[in-house]
Amino acid sequence: MLKRYSVHLILTLLGGLIVYLAYFEYLGLYFLSVLMFMGVNIILSSSLNLVNGYMGEFSCGHAGFMCVGAYVASVLGVWLFARDRVFGAPLLDPDYALYAFPVIILAGGVAAALAGLLVAFPSYKTRGDYLAIITIAANYIIISAIENMSSIGGSRGLMGMKGVINAMEDTLYLPWMPIWVFLFTIFCVWVIRRYVSSTFGKGVNAISQDEVAAEIMSVNTNKIKTITFMLSSGLAGIGGGLFAYILGYVNPGSFNILKSTEIMVMVYLGGMGSLSGSILAAIFFTILLELLRPLQIIKWIVIPLVLIILMQFRPEGIMGNRELGQIFPRLKKFYRFK
Amino acid sequence: MQPQPQTEPVPVLEIRGLTQNFGGLRAVSDFNVELGKNQLTGLIGPNGAGKTTVFNLVSGFYQPSEGMIQVGGVPTAELKPHKISALGVARTFQNIRLWNDMSVMDNIRVAQHYRLGYGFFHSAVRSKRYRRREEEITREATELLDIFELKKYADEYPRNLPYGTQRKLEIARALSIHPKLLLLDEPAAGLNSSDIRELIRLIRWIHGQFDVTIWMIEHHMDVMMELCTHIKVIDFGQTIAEGVPDEIRNHPAVITAYLGDDKI
Repeated sequence: MLKRYSVHLILTLLGGLIVYLAYFEYLGLYFLSVLMFMGVNIILSSSLNLVNGYMGEFSCGHAGFMCVGAYVASVLGVWLFARDRVFGAPLLDPDYALYAFPVIILAGGVAAALAGLLVAFPSYKTRGDYLAIITIAANYIIISAIENMSSIGGSRGLMGMKGVINAMEDTLYLPWMPIWVFLFTIFCVWVIRRYVSSTFGKGVNAISQDEVAAEIMSVNTNKIKTITFMLSSGLAGIGGGLFAYILGYVNPGSFNILKSTEIMVMVYLGGMGSLSGSILAAIFFTILLELLRPLQIIKWIVIPLVLIILMQFRPEGIMGNRELGQIFPRLKKFYRFK
Repeated sequence: MQPQPQTEPVPVLEIRGLTQNFGGLRAVSDFNVELGKNQLTGLIGPNGAGKTTVFNLVSGFYQPSEGMIQVGGVPTAELKPHKISALGVARTFQNIRLWNDMSVMDNIRVAQHYRLGYGFFHSAVRSKRYRRREEEITREATELLDIFELKKYADEYPRNLPYGTQRKLEIARALSIHPKLLLLDEPAAGLNSSDIRELIRLIRWIHGQFDVTIWMIEHHMDVMMELCTHIKVIDFGQTIAEGVPDEIRNHPAVITAYLGDDKI
């Protein structure tokens, strides 16, 4: 009984603690935002792991899909619920913002999933290095397209998301952003976990290890690739939407290849094909980034250096293709996570 | 099986006038074959004769340049490999192609994709259908591993198994899709003589136990002579001989193809 619900219990306690600390302002705004970025990074790294780790492809354009999600969610939110210079008066009663927010974030995810088709279709015929180049191209296409849309701010970016958050807080005063980030992070990890542990999702693994054998043994590889790319980019879109609302400001420049690299570093740090690795690496990396903040631009020398050292001495990452339960089998007695 | 009505039985595999060109090279030329239910037939020929190309055409890797292929009366030339395997064509490979970083159990389970009966949505919400199907798949996979005496390796990774066992697992995986036609591409390659005895026993046992037509490529003549009731010989894509093993053994065209003729 305890084993069955221990994960639920821990997550509820953790969520409750964060909300409690945020509500009574025991946690400063800074710490709170670091925590929220941790959640977003968990979403991003675990969703990229789906493609780079589980499917064995090499996507370097993850930030592009994040960008789609961020923009769709922001534009929808601001247009519907906030008073804004660009979009004018809110279209709907701001009281509904609270209920509509998850739908808006999910809509961003759906849009990003559709953008994922940009990579999914070429993946039928190409793979490896060639597909990697296509993902970079997709990243650039998305950013350039948004930079050239002056109606949503172009390269200057888009603001006004704070208005939506204020509308939510007006309806009911709670620290809504931490709550939503927390819930969506759990949602994303949960979806990925269930996908990759099903026989259906193990087709992804089969493609990674031997695509020819997969196709011969009745795995519809094109279908699996489409679903996996769409899921991966869709979850990145959710992450992007949350990212936009946390910052309250988005511009296309922040979703360039550097951001994609950052996500990739987290995946490789955690270990390919290890969901718990991606989560741990995202937490660790977010903290590392904050600790190195005083170094300013030098941190972009230190972090790649960490990557080089990692690849030299532990190329499989922290967890290396295994989950927490496989490394510490005793842990399995205490939890069951599905 | 129920008794068939009074019609001509549909051959498990029918190939007519199959030709495959790779650029200027004619790898297979006007190849014909008809395999009935429960036959055990062989395909031999010197290296580069086009044997594996025929198998690749049947399993759908290439679109044939000319000719037709029918599996149980269904033309397959336009179909993707996974659709063809769902029609009941399974195969093994010359160089073993298992999923090496997935457990033996998962190797069998993933091969059930053609009749999974649920998709992404069901796997995400863990619906009743999902749970029922996963249970059935796991049960059937366990049974299959059991009869192949591989159950003790269920959680092992294939790459850690001895070579002969990997061969056996690949055949077990092929059989897990309940094929009507099983293509074995050089199953004895890389096996030592005691493994080969074991393999002959295994193939004979499969042929008796499962309701399956077996078509195999093999270089070990003793394996072919012992197992097959009918052998076809090709060279440079052309069929040069066919018949029962004893006829093949002494067929002049076959001897010439393998050893060359004495005119210099």
